[in-house]
Amino acid sequence: MSTSGMLQSVFKDRGQPGGRVMPFVIILLVVTVLASALNLLTPEGSALHVSTYTITLLGKYLCYAMLALAVDVVWGYCGILSLGHGAFFALGGYAMGMYLMRQIGDRGVYGNPLLPDFMVFLDWQELPWFWLGMDQFWVAMIMVLLVPGVLAYVFGFLAFRSRVTGVYLSIMTQALTYALMLAFFRNEMGFGGNNGLTDFKDILGFDLQSDTTRIVLFLLTAGFLCAALLTSHWIMNSRMGKVILAVRDSEARTRFIGYKTETYKVWLFVYSAVIAAIAGALYVPQVGIINPGEFSPINSIEVVIWVAVGGRGTLIGAVVGALLVNYAKTRFTAILPEGWLFMLGALFVLVTLYLPKGLIGLYSQLKQQLGAGKPAAAGTGKSSSAAKTEGAGA
Amino acid sequence: MKQILCISLWLMGCLMPAVSYSETLTDALESPAATTRTVPELVQELTEKSLTQAVPVLEALEQQGGEEMLPLFRTMLNGDLYYVKDTSQVVGKTDTAGEESYADILTKAAVTGLGSRDVKKIRVNNTLRSYLRNAIARIQLSSANPHSREQAVLSLLSELDNDTVGQIREARANESVEEVQQAMDLALAMYALDQGSSDIEKLDAVEGLAGSLQPEARNMLRKYAEMEPDHADYSARVSAAAAKALERIQEKVEFYGFIDQLFFGLSLGSVLLLAAIGLAITFGVMGVINMAHGEMIMLGAYTTYVIQQLMPNHIDLSIWIAIPAAFVVSGLVGVAIERGVIRHLHGRPLETLLATFGISLFLQQLVRTVISPQNVPVSTPDWMAGTLQINPVWSLTLNRLYILAFALLVFFALLIILKKTNLGLNVRAVSQNRAMARAMGVRSDRVDAMTFGLGSGIAGIAGVALSQLTNVGPNLGQSYIIDSFMVVVFGGVGNLWGTLVAAFSLGIANKFLEPVTGAVLASILVLVFIILFIQKRPKGLFPQKGRAAE
Repeated sequence: MSTSGMLQSVFKDRGQPGGRVMPFVIILLVVTVLASALNLLTPEGSALHVSTYTITLLGKYLCYAMLALAVDVVWGYCGILSLGHGAFFALGGYAMGMYLMRQIGDRGVYGNPLLPDFMVFLDWQELPWFWLGMDQFWVAMIMVLLVPGVLAYVFGFLAFRSRVTGVYLSIMTQALTYALMLAFFRNEMGFGGNNGLTDFKDILGFDLQSDTTRIVLFLLTAGFLCAALLTSHWIMNSRMGKVILAVRDSEARTRFIGYKTETYKVWLFVYSAVIAAIAGALYVPQVGIINPGEFSPINSIEVVIWVAVGGRGTLIGAVVGALLVNYAKTRFTAILPEGWLFMLGALFVLVTLYLPKGLIGLYSQLKQQLGAGKPAAAGTGKSSSAAKTEGAGA
Repeated sequence: MKQILCISLWLMGCLMPAVSYSETLTDALESPAATTRTVPELVQELTEKSLTQAVPVLEALEQQGGEEMLPLFRTMLNGDLYYVKDTSQVVGKTDTAGEESYADILTKAAVTGLGSRDVKKIRVNNTLRSYLRNAIARIQLSSANPHSREQAVLSLLSELDNDTVGQIREARANESVEEVQQAMDLALAMYALDQGSSDIEKLDAVEGLAGSLQPEARNMLRKYAEMEPDHADYSARVSAAAAKALERIQEKVEFYGFIDQLFFGLSLGSVLLLAAIGLAITFGVMGVINMAHGEMIMLGAYTTYVIQQLMPNHIDLSIWIAIPAAFVVSGLVGVAIERGVIRHLHGRPLETLLATFGISLFLQQLVRTVISPQNVPVSTPDWMAGTLQINPVWSLTLNRLYILAFALLVFFALLIILKKTNLGLNVRAVSQNRAMARAMGVRSDRVDAMTFGLGSGIAGIAGVALSQLTNVGPNLGQSYIIDSFMVVVFGGVGNLWGTLVAAFSLGIANKFLEPVTGAVLASILVLVFIILFIQKRPKGLFPQKGRAAE
């Protein structure tokens, strides 16, 4: 298949401008607003009532969906399989957690107005320098963006400049999050060690336990997710996005044409890391805890399977996949706790073997078949997907 | 009335030890009965004789029984020797976890059904104790086995007195084995330093102690080196000499500390090598990324566990059965994975990574469900347990030593398989140029399955070795997978020698960083180092050259 043919097929499959993401974003917003309204307006016990528990759960799913979106942006569109995006998610979460920790003030168990409980417990006399200023919301928010962004830039710069690609890069990202996990488990790091940060009271003066705060956080998460979806969609349809697709399909060729592929990859990686970090920052106040477990490599790799289930390189697929798999996880772990890892393992194998384009791919393939009414479409779809995956893997 | 009599008798025994000792000694030697009585008879007499009369009996026992009397003397010394009131049978008491049990002191046969009311203690006093201690030392010093002679001298170091030193001096004259001679010289020098009358004698003694690593000798030297000038025994020359000798010993201790660390580094390296070497084949040679590699290790460890459960009475043997069994189990699972999944994902490394990760989750959960979510106990065979004491400050843990040797053995076996056998030739051919190899008649899919089975099987063997060092649980493999990948990547993909060098250098680096930074920070630093290293040399320490590189 010629390059132009391949590129054409890529755009046919994925990059229709405007039409595809917008309806999804609208549906998402309508559902979230509806759920919030039902929670606030209907009385408890009514058939239409949506419990606060459900709202928090949905909010958590949406954070995961955002994280999945971040992975999809680099993996689906640029062929960078990151097994360490959980690190950016957790770093964003820790920055938010530090702010929330400082907001506790003297309401902690030890009642120290300056030091968080775990520092009092460790007999520390003053705040470490990196905790200074974290009681200001805006400082914390800058840190949410800055720390993961800089880490992603440095890591990406080093990795992409020396042309570490494919499986090597994946292992490196996994090592990155593993190293961070080990580091954050240490008490001396000053992030609460094993227990992490928890027992949060309020955010910007609003009680974290109240229904209204939770609804607002939920709606905010939905809003950020939609914004991230639209921005990503815009980037992928811009000139930069086209270069990024070209990098995925043949990095060498793109480089020979004259593009500095490293620069594109680094900035895309930073963008993705920042989305993951925002997701983490939204996740922490809703879940109420952040601990080093979030850094564990298995969390990051689970995100990848959400994307794979939904269909990578489709943006919506990542969101759908994250929502579906996490819903399944919640249901499954309630009914059959032992079965979930079997399910997840089987999901990994089955999706990679039989559903390389995910549910979205399956959906569009079915639609194509029904519309065209002839099986020939399946053949072309298959060959183009093989070409793409080869490009992604190389 | 009876009690008072007892106490006064006991007091007498305490007050006139010297008299009774010499008197009874001559008695025993002169009486013809002493030589004719047998050991059981003599032991029986212990129950009848009073404290003052016991010494000649012990004397006779020492002459007749020799080394066999050691348990009896030790038990008596510890005050654990009893006799049964009804039968006068002499028994030793052992106290394990609050449970008292009795056994015949000579035959070692357990005597059951005895309570503390049925037995009476065979009492000892200070005279007897000191006699027993000396007798034990005497017996050991004249033991036929040089090792126990040496041990006897070393155990006396902390309680040197006139008698023991006299015995040692006597034994030293007839001693022919060098190690024992050294130990005896050390004891004599220590005594000379402590009790010597002149500075010359003491300085000589310090000289004799200078090379020794025995903690007792070091303590003695330290005592003199740090002695205050107003102390009665103080002498500036002796003190300075002791300080100097101590310094020399310290240097030696530090040197052995370094060697010890090196050994621990090598040991960690051997673990890394074992974990990574299977991966060096599947990932390095075949180019297939297998995230379930850690679970192959885990399966090997669990195979060891299952085999030990099947043959609980032959733990020593179980390892030899577990090694091939683990190879077969992990190898077969590996072949199944290759045939069932990896084959279909050929040329799509990222998908392979995901699918094999799914398999690893599946296998972990399988073990949790079928066996147990907790760690399982795997016992160490006796021949692997214990330590090899090279000198007082340096000892090697035997199991680490064996595993180091085992790792190297596996490595070279694998090297030979890849370089010298038909399978190895096929593997290298397919990994270099699949199409050409097929054209030459190599059945590439079969070779793929065999290679993957080989790599997985070796991971299984690694699991057997790891089961002797760490906890065996469902997460065993996970903790090694990242390290293994690092080793392979660091050493250079497709290069077994690179894997060897990488494993040992990472192991040693880790262990030398540990004391400085702490264990966790050390492994973080090593990870960061590798990440940076890969930036500089993406193909590892020993990159492949020429066509094989592509």
